[in-house]
Amino acid sequence: MRKIKGNAFIFGHNIDTDQIIPGRYLELVNPKEIAAHCMEGADPTFADRVNAGDIIVAGKNFGCGSSREHAPIALVNVGVGAVIADSFARIFYRNAVNLGLPLLICKGIMEKVNEGDVLEINLKEGKVSNISTGKSFNGEQLSDYALEILSSGGIKPLFKKITAEM
Amino acid sequence: MHAIEKIFAQKANVERVKAGDRVWADVDLTVNVDLYRTVLAEFENLGGTKIKYPERVAFTFSINAPAPTIQSASNEKDMREFAYKHGIHLFDINTGVVQQVLMEAGLVWPGTISIATDSHATILGALGAVGMGVGAVDLAASMIKGNIWFRVPEIIKINIDGELQPGVMAKDVILKVLGELKQDVAIYKAIEYTGSAVRNMSLSSRMVLCNMAVELGAKTSYIQPDEKVIDFLGSRVTRTYEIPTTDPDFKYAEEYSLDVNQLVPQVACPHNVDNVCDLDDVPKKPVNQCLIGTCTGGRLEDLAIAAEILKGRKINAKTRLIVIPASKEIYLKAMELGYLRDLIEAGATVTNPGCGPCLGAHMGVLAPGEVCVTASNRNFSGRMGSPQAELYLASPATVAATAIEGILTNPRGYLKSQQRS
Repeated sequence: MRKIKGNAFIFGHNIDTDQIIPGRYLELVNPKEIAAHCMEGADPTFADRVNAGDIIVAGKNFGCGSSREHAPIALVNVGVGAVIADSFARIFYRNAVNLGLPLLICKGIMEKVNEGDVLEINLKEGKVSNISTGKSFNGEQLSDYALEILSSGGIKPLFKKITAEM
Repeated sequence: MHAIEKIFAQKANVERVKAGDRVWADVDLTVNVDLYRTVLAEFENLGGTKIKYPERVAFTFSINAPAPTIQSASNEKDMREFAYKHGIHLFDINTGVVQQVLMEAGLVWPGTISIATDSHATILGALGAVGMGVGAVDLAASMIKGNIWFRVPEIIKINIDGELQPGVMAKDVILKVLGELKQDVAIYKAIEYTGSAVRNMSLSSRMVLCNMAVELGAKTSYIQPDEKVIDFLGSRVTRTYEIPTTDPDFKYAEEYSLDVNQLVPQVACPHNVDNVCDLDDVPKKPVNQCLIGTCTGGRLEDLAIAAEILKGRKINAKTRLIVIPASKEIYLKAMELGYLRDLIEAGATVTNPGCGPCLGAHMGVLAPGEVCVTASNRNFSGRMGSPQAELYLASPATVAATAIEGILTNPRGYLKSQQRS
């Protein structure tokens, strides 16, 4: 699995899908157009400032609200490398893994990271290293199935394999 | 096992399941809403050419309905053509909100599993069915294969006892639950509602509890079906079905209880669904828009109490009131019963059945600085238009009384039954 390393962008608790991608953009179909509005409801400058591989750090219940897959579509296509949070809303979690966006549950992560810190994630071990502070901490390890989906680049390649065997 | 576990076991064709198991389960109903043209793209991406069980797939058009932009019109055109080609159910712009329409059409019954690109699919728990929100890829996969994988959820019990005071509605109950238990209490879990207050509720009121289970983080919800459910399904569902029951020795992951005897009207203040206060404790500010409708607050009993409050009165001159029946069936009944006339004469703007401005697409989005009191389900920043607008969630009765006064108002004094006593 590819290395995940980037600068931290910190958001708060309960970042809902209307903040990740407001409802008025759900009619958009092109992933790049969707990505241009990523996190617009929480920080309208985010899509311009984020670099490929950067990491979102948040509190409880990231991705709550709507079932809109546009939320992980926006994050993946704007280049977010991973999201680390205290917890994730379940539909968002499943959609993100399906699309190959790495997520890591790491309680108290907001207190351990400052905006702009360089983070590196070892997804297999569920570990986060804060390169800027020299400290590292353990998150929850992903299930083998979630890891399998992520290392396949999302559920789509895996699904094609399953249907080919049907 | 819990009834929910029995449903997963039956659909996965295995003897037993337990929380945490991953199972491939047959999906009885796979539903896409008009927002997600992306489902058609994913259907192609996954190599889909035909739908395994067309009679188990439905597209519903209630959000951008009728289409407000050329883009949404184009998306809907593609989706209609797809629906015609594959012979799936199509509920077009004249029918109403997703799950309400599906329940009325007899496509959901106890013991079934439904998935939808609609997080409020949890509402189906009111019929003893498992409804879950999913994204476009899972939805397309289910269209192709007829099943998808699920993690069997832990189950939380929320027991609600007591008798509601006049003017206090199921919406106040679920807001109180949100305020107490908070919006992440049920992440990755399912919720069962029990207790005398739930048993005594109408089916429409139970739908409010199940609808907003997702606001507590739940994967799905459940209320043990009774005669009210069987009566509702009546002639809608002609096939036979078995009602699953929970074994007496089943252990819930967590149990909570609430007594509603003294419950007063509740309000969720901006910008979180669990930022809940007693209505009388919320600072009063001028309200620009009131909304009664959606999958949460647009059923017949909601329009009935709004009409009772507003009949013979006028809404505040500086406040707008938008009323959106949840379905065509409800719209027609509200028309026959005179509710729509009462509401329109009072100053309401009554629109076609559907989702209206709930998720900020059209038909009443808010300007920066505006305040809206709404019977819908989410008050997130930017949900209904400008992120600088403020949304307060309340019951349909509270919204109706608020429309009269132009500030947040307790409905109690406006109910005829109260004025007589």
